Amino acid sequence: MRLGETPSQTVGPYLTIGLAWDEGAYVVPEDTAGAVWISGTVYDGAGDTVSDALIETWQGPDVHWTRGVPGGGFAGFGRCPTDGGGRYRILTRLPEPVDGQAPHLDVSVFARGLLDRVVTRVYFPDHELANGGDPVLASVSDERRRTLLARQTPDGYAFDIRLQGADETVFFDV
Amino acid sequence: MTEVPAYRRPAAGTHPPLNTPAYRSTALRHPTRPLILLPQRLTELTGPVLGETLLLPTDNDLTRQYDGEPQGQRIIVHGRVLDGDGHPVARSLIEIWQANAGGRYRHGADSWPSPLDPYFDGVGRTVTDDEGRYEFVTIKPGPYPWGNHANAWRPAHIHFSLFGRAFAQRLVTQMYFPDDPLFTHDPIFNAVPDEAARRRMVAALDMERTAPRWALAFRFDVVLRGNAATPFEEVRG
Repeated sequence: MRLGETPSQTVGPYLTIGLAWDEGAYVVPEDTAGAVWISGTVYDGAGDTVSDALIETWQGPDVHWTRGVPGGGFAGFGRCPTDGGGRYRILTRLPEPVDGQAPHLDVSVFARGLLDRVVTRVYFPDHELANGGDPVLASVSDERRRTLLARQTPDGYAFDIRLQGADETVFFDV
Repeated sequence: MTEVPAYRRPAAGTHPPLNTPAYRSTALRHPTRPLILLPQRLTELTGPVLGETLLLPTDNDLTRQYDGEPQGQRIIVHGRVLDGDGHPVARSLIEIWQANAGGRYRHGADSWPSPLDPYFDGVGRTVTDDEGRYEFVTIKPGPYPWGNHANAWRPAHIHFSLFGRAFAQRLVTQMYFPDDPLFTHDPIFNAVPDEAARRRMVAALDMERTAPRWALAFRFDVVLRGNAATPFEEVRG
């Protein structure tokens, strides 16, 4: 039997009442060895910050997730609404190279004005060799590839998301 | 490279275009560059396991989260979560949020002059059973005005968030009520191009599950993406 799918709809402006979790930003507990903050700002096409978005991150199965599942089931999954300045942050461990691809996180962005989530990926600048051999990065033009690369910061990485405009983030059709 | 089945890409017209001018907030938020096809690999074919450990006993009964009863019409909302091949999506988290009977959300940014209900948050969670079934008890939400255009009103709706089994199946949608006269005026509902797909967002009155002298029931089945390898048999609409 083949069924038609249920369409996507926007999360609307009041998403945080339903989707914000107290510990959502903590993919791993704060004292985890090797934990890094991935933080950034979401911008719209006018360059204004988007203060009513939700960021979700997912990293595939990894040896680290098979033991000590943090938070009773959050393993590998992070969720953070943007604040008044459009900022989000997620505490996690860097994923390992997986399935012939460089270390990466899948990212979903939900917001008022987005009728469906948009999906992007975070890659890490200190994995230059692996990034060079990554088939997904290779499918993106040289000029836009940098929108998928996080920047190193003192406590981890910065990854800004531009929904629209000259430096528009690369979004994927999953 | 791991050989794994991929999820079918949605049929044209199922999901709303990100650029939908009638819904004004899309103007500065939709990507203008074409989306790049992402081959579904391990990261996309797996997903978080979010089960009962997150839940409180009253999380699926939005009328029992306080010591008093909320105002409005008590309703049962139930259904199944299936994939596009008709298989149940078992043990999967569903999150809902909604306005109260007067159309007001318990959110600091909702300023429309309809009272908050001290006994209603409008937030629920549950996990599907082995057959993909779920049930909520809640209050029928009211329609409410919004600023999209002159005299704009949203039809009554409940927001649904579903994870499925894999990142590729993640879905956030809205459940609507049958025969709402506001459908024809709503750019968000009508952003879905295919008429049959729009109907899949509308719950059905379910007299069999209605609790006599207590609560009407509505059935809302949610269909997530199915396996790309499933042979074509029939597509509705």
